[in-house]
Amino acid sequence: MKYMLMMHAPRAGWEKAGIGTWPMEDIKAHIGFMKTFAKELSEAGELVGAEGLAGPEQARVVRARKDGTPEVTDGPFAEAKEFLAGYWIVDCESTDRAYAIAARASAAPGKGGVPLNMPIEVREVMSAPPVEV
Amino acid sequence: MTRPSSPGGSFTGEHLLRELAPQVLGAIVRRFGDFSAAEDAVQEALLAASLQWPAEGLPDNPRGWLIQVAARRMTDHLRAELARRRREAVVVMQAPEQVSVPPEGGSYADAGQDDTLILLFMCCHPALSRPSAIALTLRAVGGLTTAEIANAFLVPETTMAQRISRAKQTIKSSGVPFRMPDEEERRRRLGAVLHILYLIFNEGYASSIGPALQRSDLSNEAIRLTRAVHHLLPDDGEVGGLLALMLLTDARRAARTGADGELVPLTEQDRTLWDRPAIAEGVALISRTLSKGSIGLYQLQAAIAAVHDEAPRADDTDWPQILALYGLLERMTDNPMVLLSHAVAAAMVHGPTAGLKLLESLDADGRLAGHHRMDAVRAHLLEMAGDHDGAIAHYRAAAERTTSVPERNYLITRAARLRNGDH
Repeated sequence: MKYMLMMHAPRAGWEKAGIGTWPMEDIKAHIGFMKTFAKELSEAGELVGAEGLAGPEQARVVRARKDGTPEVTDGPFAEAKEFLAGYWIVDCESTDRAYAIAARASAAPGKGGVPLNMPIEVREVMSAPPVEV
Repeated sequence: MTRPSSPGGSFTGEHLLRELAPQVLGAIVRRFGDFSAAEDAVQEALLAASLQWPAEGLPDNPRGWLIQVAARRMTDHLRAELARRRREAVVVMQAPEQVSVPPEGGSYADAGQDDTLILLFMCCHPALSRPSAIALTLRAVGGLTTAEIANAFLVPETTMAQRISRAKQTIKSSGVPFRMPDEEERRRRLGAVLHILYLIFNEGYASSIGPALQRSDLSNEAIRLTRAVHHLLPDDGEVGGLLALMLLTDARRAARTGADGELVPLTEQDRTLWDRPAIAEGVALISRTLSKGSIGLYQLQAAIAAVHDEAPRADDTDWPQILALYGLLERMTDNPMVLLSHAVAAAMVHGPTAGLKLLESLDADGRLAGHHRMDAVRAHLLEMAGDHDGAIAHYRAAAERTTSVPERNYLITRAARLRNGDH
C-alpha cells in the first residue's frame, strides 16, 4: 500500500526559529538525518519518492481567470497556520508500518538536537485494487 | 534494463525463457550454492538470451545454453569475489576464506521441474514480507526483470531492486537449504505459495483498468505459475481450486470495465465478452477437483465463480446454489468478507430484508466497522429494497472510504443515478 507522508511546518515563528536560524552543527545534523532516513527507506525497498519544498516565501497560489489565464497571488493560503515543507511517498506492507516511518520523520533533530516532533500527515494513496462489484 | 520485447510481445522465445528461468536457476543454485548471486547470474543469462536469440535464432538446447551462460557469469563472480577477499586479506593479514570455483563445463543433474517448486517454497518463505515475497517470486520463478516488476507495481526500479536484494538477503540469513521440504513442512508452505500466487493474480486482475492496463500481465503470470504448480502437484485439490478460480475470474476480464474504464458489476456485464474456453477449462477443472474430496477455500470460491460463469444471463444465476456454497465457506473460515458475500447471496434468494438482517450480525461483530465494503453492500441491498435515500447515503459513505479510484467512481455514479431517479 502506498502512503503520502506530508511534513507540515508551523508558519508562525518560521522566520525567527526556522532551520535558517539554527547553529551550523544542528543544521548539519538535521540534513544528515534526512539523508540517512531516505537511504534507509530506499534500502528497505519502500521509497517511491520524496521531495523537500522551497520555503513558503516563494509559494504562490494560482487560480484560473474566466478566460483560463493564470491569476497568481502570494501564497500559501493566508488562513493556513502550517505549510507543507516536504513529503515522502512510501510503499509499505501495512498502515502500522507507515505510521512507524512517519514517527521517525517526526522525530528529526532540530535546534540543539532536540526532536522537532513535527506533525506528519499520513494519507493513503488511492491505489488499492477494487473488489468485485 | 529493458528487454527488446515486452512480455506478451512478438518474440516467440519469451515464453520459453519464462519457462526455463526457474529450471536454470535451480541448476545453478544446486551447483554453486549462493542463491542470491545465482539469481543475478540467471537474470544476466536471460537478458543475454533475449538480446541474442531473436537475432541469431534459438540455440539447439536453450536450457543448456542458459545454464552455460549463467554458470560462466557465476564463475566470474566467484573469481572476482576471491580476488577481492585476497586483497582484503593482505590488508588485514589474514588468510582468505576458501571460495571454490567449479571447473568450466561439468555436468548438471537434471533435477527436473521440482526446482520450480523448491524455488517457490524459497521465495514465498514466511520470513519475507508479502511485497518482498511477491517481487522475489516474479523475478526468480517468473523470470521477469526488475524493471518489469517495478513497472507492474508502479514504484521506481531502484526501489524494486532494493526490495528484491533485501529479500534475497533475508533468505540467505534464514539459512533455508535449497531442497524440497519434507512432507509436513511442504503442506504448510504450500499454503503460503498459493496465497502469494493469489495476491499476484488479484493485483493484476483488479487493476487491469484504465491507466493501469499493463498490470494485467500480472494475472497472466500468476495463472502461468499456478498452472506450473498444478502440473507438479496434480492431485492437490487447493492448487487445482486456485487455478480454476483464477481462470473463471479472469474469463470475465473484458466485460468488467466499460468504454471509459468504469467498473461494470457482474449483473450488468455483457456476457458475450466472457472468455468461453477459459470458463470451460475452469469448470472442468473445478468439477474434477471437487469430486476428489478434501474441499478447501479456493475450491469453494472457484465453485461459486463457476456458478456465475455458467449462467447465460444474470437472471439465470443459480443463487440458491451460491448461497449454499457460501454457507459451506463460512463453516471453513471466519473471514467477515465471506459473511458479506453471504448476505448478498441471501438477498438474491430470500429478498433484501434477509440480506440486511445478516449485515446486522456483522455490525455486532464489529470487525468490518467502518469498512467501505460494508457500506457498499448495505447500499446495494437498500437499493434493492427500494430505500433510495438510505442507499445513496451508504454509497457515499463507501465512496469516501475506498482507496480505489475506479471503485470510488463506481460508487458515486451509482449514488448519482439514484438521485436522478434514473435506474
